[in-house]
Order: sequence, then C-alpha cells, then structure tokens
Amino acid sequence: MRSIQTDRRALLRGLAGGAGLFAAPGLPAWARSGSAGLRADLPTLDGPDVRLTVGHSPFTVGGRTGHAITVNGTLPAPLIRLREGQTARLSVTNTLDEDTSIHWHGVLLPFHMDGVPGVSFPGIRPGETFHYEFPVIQSGTFWYHSHSNLQEAMGHYGPLLIDPAGADPVAYDREHVIVLSDWSFLHPHEILDRLKKSPGYFNRSRTTLSGLLSGEDGMSLEERRMWGQMRMDPRDIADVNGTTYTYLVNGHGPAENWTGLFRPGERVRLRVINASAMSIFNVRIPGLAMTVVNADGENVRPVETDEFQISVAETYDVIVRPTEDRAYTLVAESVDRSGMARATLAPRMGMTAEVPPLREVPTLTMRDMGMGGMAGMDHSAMGHGVDHAGAGHGEPAAAPMDHGSMDHDMRNPDNAPAGMAVGVGVDMVSPDPANRLGERPMGLEDAPHRVLVYTDLVALAPNKDQRPPSRALEIHLTGNMERFMWGFDGRKFSEIVEPIRFERDERVRVTLVNDTMMAHPIHLHGHFFELVTGGPAGHQPLKHTVNVAPGSKVTFDLTADAPGDWAFHCHMLMHMHAGMFNVVTVRPLDGAAS
Amino acid sequence: MIRLLICMVPLLLVAGAATAQDHEHHPPTARTPATAPPAADPHAGHDMSPAPEPADPHAGHDMGGQAMGPPDVPTSADDQGRPRQPPLPPAALSGPAHAADAIWGADRMTGARDLLRRENGDVRATAFIIDRLEVGFDDGRESWTWDLAGWTGGDINRFWWKSEAEGDFDGEIEGEVQALYSRAISPFWDVQAGVRQDFGKGGDNPTHLVLGLQGLAPYWWEVDAATFLSTEGDLTARFEAEYDQRITQRLILQPRIEVEASASDIPELGLGSGLTHVEAGLRLRYEIAKEFAPYVGVEWSRDLGGTADFTRAAGGEPEHTRFVIGLKAWF
Repeated sequence: MRSIQTDRRALLRGLAGGAGLFAAPGLPAWARSGSAGLRADLPTLDGPDVRLTVGHSPFTVGGRTGHAITVNGTLPAPLIRLREGQTARLSVTNTLDEDTSIHWHGVLLPFHMDGVPGVSFPGIRPGETFHYEFPVIQSGTFWYHSHSNLQEAMGHYGPLLIDPAGADPVAYDREHVIVLSDWSFLHPHEILDRLKKSPGYFNRSRTTLSGLLSGEDGMSLEERRMWGQMRMDPRDIADVNGTTYTYLVNGHGPAENWTGLFRPGERVRLRVINASAMSIFNVRIPGLAMTVVNADGENVRPVETDEFQISVAETYDVIVRPTEDRAYTLVAESVDRSGMARATLAPRMGMTAEVPPLREVPTLTMRDMGMGGMAGMDHSAMGHGVDHAGAGHGEPAAAPMDHGSMDHDMRNPDNAPAGMAVGVGVDMVSPDPANRLGERPMGLEDAPHRVLVYTDLVALAPNKDQRPPSRALEIHLTGNMERFMWGFDGRKFSEIVEPIRFERDERVRVTLVNDTMMAHPIHLHGHFFELVTGGPAGHQPLKHTVNVAPGSKVTFDLTADAPGDWAFHCHMLMHMHAGMFNVVTVRPLDGAAS
Repeated sequence: MIRLLICMVPLLLVAGAATAQDHEHHPPTARTPATAPPAADPHAGHDMSPAPEPADPHAGHDMGGQAMGPPDVPTSADDQGRPRQPPLPPAALSGPAHAADAIWGADRMTGARDLLRRENGDVRATAFIIDRLEVGFDDGRESWTWDLAGWTGGDINRFWWKSEAEGDFDGEIEGEVQALYSRAISPFWDVQAGVRQDFGKGGDNPTHLVLGLQGLAPYWWEVDAATFLSTEGDLTARFEAEYDQRITQRLILQPRIEVEASASDIPELGLGSGLTHVEAGLRLRYEIAKEFAPYVGVEWSRDLGGTADFTRAAGGEPEHTRFVIGLKAWF
C-alpha cells in the first residue's frame, strides 16, 4: 500500500523533477498547488488494501483556520484509485467521538457495503475500525464521503477513481482531478439552525426597492406583486452561498489558485467532482473548449461544450487540449453568482490568466414555479402540433389554448398523486411541470457560448436492459421554503414514511416532479438510472444523481437490479437533513447478502 | 354580543385569509387529455399486457426523424383528481422489512435507524427574538419598550413565549408575558393557545387565556392576531402586522400597525368597549448582520372611543407621536 506517508518522497521527486511543487500541509499530493497531474508515482491510495482514518483536523483557507473533519488528515480526502475487476478492501478507523461512515458514491456494490448508517449498516462507532470489502465491477470517476450527521459538510469527502480493466475508450495524455466543494467557518448545524429561523438568511441578492427603481432587478412591479402574493422569493437560488462559503478546488480557495500543469498540445482529462454540501456550479475555462466524455462515471459520446453545470454530487470528465503556451483559468461559478471556485491550468507554475468577474444574479421565472407547461405547449405546438394539423385534425390550436390559461392554482392537491400529503410541508404543487432536460440550466440561458444540457448526453455503450418499463412511478419533491422543510411526497423522512419499493429486476419508469422553486440533485444509491432524454434509442445516459430543475419534472428508467435497502435523497445536505430522504427497497433479497 | 364579535374580527379576518390562501383551490379545470394520455392508461387494445408504457407519448405521431426534446411524460398535473399510482408487484413486498438486520443484527440496526430518522427531518431549534427594544421620545418625555419572543421545537409543534412591556425611566412599567403552545396548521400559519399574565397594568393584573393565529400573509406581511379572555371575564383582542420593505440589501423600512379592541368597558384597565387603541409605526433599520439591526423610527398611537375618555379622565393624552431608536435582533 502506498499511503500518505510517502508524500514526502513523492514531493521531493517532484521537486527534483523541477515541477516546482511546494509543500502544503493538510493536502494530499494530487491536490497540492502545482500538480503535474495524476501520475502512477504520486501518492494515491490504491489496492489491495487501503487504510483510512477519520478524525479532526484544522483547515486553513484565505488565511483563516477552522475545524474540519477529514480522512487521513487531509481536505479533500486522499485519492483512492482502484481497478475494475479487483476486490476493494478499505478499512476505516473512526477517531471521532461520534459515529462516522463512508459512502462510496456511485460505486455498485452489495448494499451492506454502501455505507449509510441505518440503511446499509450500523455505522462506525468511535474507536472502531470497519472493513469494507466488495468486488469492483465498473470504472470511472466517483467519490466518497461521510453519510453520518453533517460530517461531509465539514470536509469528509474525497475522489475515488476506478481504472477500466481493459483499454480506456477515452484517450488522454494527462489527467487532473478537480474536486469542487464549499467550505464555511460556520458549523453546518449552525447553518441549518439559521435557515430554520430565517430561510433567506444567507441571501444578499434579494429584490429591493432600489433594484426595482433602477431596473437592476429585472422585474416589473407586476411580477414582483405576484411573487409577493405567493410569499415566494424570486432570488432564492441557493439556500447557502458565498456569503458564508469559500468555494474550493482541491481544497484551495480562489486566492490560493490550485494549478494543474500541462504541456501545450496534450489532451488533458479533467475529472470534475462536485463534492459540495449545498453548491451547484457552472464550470467553464475561457479560451478552451471542453469535450465531455463521461458523466457520473459512465462514458458518454463525446460532446463539445464551453460551459456545463454540475450539480451537487455529480461528476463530469472533460478533455481539454490547450495548444498555446499560456495559462487558462478554470472558473466554477456558484449558480447564484455569489462566489466562485477558481483554478489555473498552465504550462508552468506561477502563471495565471484573467479571472472573469461574477456574472449577473439570475432571477426565477414562471417555469421555476411549475408553470412550465405553457412554454412547453408552444414547443409542442411547433412540434407535433404540426403533425396534428397535417393529419387533418381541423382545430390544432384549441388544446394549447386551454392549457395556456393563466388560471393556475399553485397548491392544488388535485395536481398531486393520491398518496401525497399536501400539508404544512408543501407550499406549492407544480400546476404544470415541464420536462426541462433539454433546457439550459439556470443562469446560463443567455450565455453567449455553448452550454451542456442533459439531452446532449448519450451513453457510449448500449443500455444493458432495453425492456420497456412495466410500471410508472411518480415521486414529488416537496418543500416549504418559509419553514425550511423538505421531503418527498409531502413527508419528511423523520415522519416514518413508507419506503419506495421495487421488485428485483423490475423495470420502472420514475418521474420526479419538483414542487419547489429550488433545484434538487436527487441521488439513488446502488443503481444507475437512465435519463429519458428522447435521445438515440438504447443509449439513454446513465446517472447516479440528477439535478431536477425548479418546478420541473425529470423521468428516468430504472432496472432495480441491486437487492437490498438503499438511500434515495436530495444531495443538498441541508435539504436531506431537513427531511428529503427515503429508503428504496429491492426485493426479494435471495442470495443478496454474503 | 356585537362587541364580542368586534373582538373576534381580527382573528377571524386573519383566519379567513389564511384558509383562503392556503386551502382554496379552484375547481379542477377540465384539461384536454388530447396531448398526453395519463400514465395509468393501459392502452387498452394494445397487446402489451401490464405495461402502462409511457415510454413514448408521441407514439403514433409521425415524427419522421425530427429532432425531439425529452418526452413529456404525463404526471398527476395532467390527470387531475389525485390519481392512484399503479399497484406494486407483490414480490416487491416480500422479504424482510430491513435488509441489513440479517447481516449486522437487528439490535444495532434499530439504534442506527432511529438516529437516521432523527437526522433526516427531525430538526429542532430554539430562537430568541428581540423584535423591538427601543427608547421613545415624546415631547421631552422618554419611555422604553420591549417586544420580545422566543420559540423552541420542531416544524409543527413549538413552544412560544412573548413579552411586551413599556415604561419610563422613573420605574413605571406595564406589560405582559405569554406562554403558548403553537401548532403549524398550514404552510404559512400557526395557531397558538396558552396563557398571558399582565403586570403593572392596574386592576388585579389579570391572567388571560390566549387563542391566536400567527404567520405570514400574502405580500410578506408578518401577522400576529389574538383574542384574550381574562380571569375577570373580559374579552379583548389584538392584531399586529409588519412588513419589511428592503430599500437595499441591508437598509429596510418596516411599516407596522397594531389595533386593539375590547368587548366591554373595563374601567379598572381604562378600556372602553369597541376599538380601544391603534398604533402605526415606521422604522428604518440597517442590518449590520441579518440578526442584528439598529433602527430609528416614528410611531403614532391613539386611544379610541371610550378608552380615550378614560385616558383623558386620568389626565393623560389619548394621542402620542414618538420618535424611537432601537434594536431588532435575534439569535
């Protein structure tokens, strides 16, 4: 086992090699400023046995030091590198005075190794060492993090790469891991406490009178009246934001400028992981086109773009090919434009490129209120509405007109499935949710360059299970923004909810309906689901986490092929902690448990 | 009786607004099912037995290779009336309730499950709120006011306490303290019930039963309305509302109104029947932090009807205009 103890040797080698590495205690070598890339001789942790220790550490960013929960003393945690086909053996020792755990995010494994206390196992008690062991049956970019309390928000996360057993279909000359995250000197429980008392606590971009008079808010008085009538905030984009967060790249704040090296002409693979607690990022590298080759660890047909949005817990691998001898800035801008994570790609250390300023704060629209169907109707009128006309249905305009009525009730229980509780925890039921998978993500609608949308993703390999779904299931993502309550189908997990049940190997078409005006990155453990994008048949993109845009719906096909109990939740940690969590059961178990 | 009704008016008004806003729903608008068949539609006549097959809602349309967006899979909103979801296959209900029990033991898993449940939704908090802590200046006379509150509990059930008092700097003080059970009844409204103890008000400083409604009205008005039934059998009521107009992100203008009423003459408290007192204030605060905001403002108040007569008879002025300097804070 190569471990963190070999850092110094590798570091010296790096220095001898003239790469200009300098020591940054508290960071794994791959995350240090001036990374030359992930080379085999850099101290990543790999098989057959990996030892991890969870403990308390100081963490310094922006000249200030706070208290972090770390793995092997570093933030982010060490890079774990496995190979498809091996058996992973990872021992985790808990030196905290509370339970801990590690969930291997996106990794397919037996349910009792999934690392969710209370679902897959009892958790790791103080002083205890837990041995994870599972066969590695996939490859790609993944990550790992605590699933206990809010430890993940305090630094307990790191990257996990699995190399393919055979040749990698993605060709590249060098790779860097880009772990994006958000750090606050406020304890996450303090953050949640403030949100409970004042849900707009962290928002310093709300609509104001001066913004109305100057036109800076970009809203008419009438629009503002409508939002006020509903007691909703059109600027509630991120619950927690740059007013408390420092956004990090590999544990570095923007001023510390993590730098990844390249030689001009090289194909550089960036493995971007959003390990944030609460932050969605828009990622771009001004001057460089990015070719997306992998999403959530699964290869996709290469698609070139200039900017992509990465929601919490998602991963994207992109290939960039800088040909000039110059530096490039990697910008990961928080979706509410309250701050950014920044890094540099450069041929040599010490080089920097211009850092673009934060762009304008986005404002929510009618579509974010679940009234998306209206524009959707226009779309369909342009699409198969024409077909109707062509088929001689005499009155093609009639149906869209009915739908286009403004008479939307924003909280009509009739728009919810029968099993949903439309009570205190539900301040809205989307009256006409639109499928927005083909739309540019929030804030990037008018970006003057290419932007990745979910419908651009096409699985490289054919989908393994191409049976049509035998059952449809609708799950509503619900909340009450004013009380900071979140749940599924109107219930918090703490209310002792019925699990979401699947039959083993059942093929189900699940539609998530977002009844809130916030985005929710929904993560299903133990499975990949296929986003129903309407793309090439049999190549639906596989995801472990999908961002459900405000007031929208997302449909995925799931083959429930992993028997056991699995967590299913919003990966906004505060939303999860406030109740947006449930257990998925897959039965029968037969032979599941080893 | 009419007076009693007047007393109940603020509460009823707010209650009416609350229910109207939160529960009113328009009759289900008839939607044309033409565009999208409901998911549950078994496509009777097709030869695909159990499959609801929403896979391609455009099936049958001539799409001729045209670039399509994602399919518009129908949901409950397309099929109003709270449709039932298709039943679970029986095998999904087979096997143990908790898969991990067989591997790690039910004992340890039970404890972990309990923790998991608490960590995913059962958030408790405790707040202390200084809504107004201010000094007032009225024709050279100085007075002070406190308006404090706090709560502790979860999302639905909370314990609230509230206290308002005013006095001068010569030791005069009159006020009240309330202890309330509060229950959320709709997304924006809590119903509150409990007791109120007066102090320094003359008479026997009655104790009251309290029934109130507190919450957020449309257009972001914070509303607190309550009726009080005293140990003397007197029924009174109070309605308060305040609104935050952000001028900038930190500079906030807050209009505030308060109206009080009594169902009967209560001479020992100096109250006449009907509307007894009205206050209207305007406070400009600066949020140094969200939870710490000093302010300046002006407040006009007037005793009404018989109450004004009682006030005059006691040698007081029924109408006051005060300039105030104070602090709004919470933690």
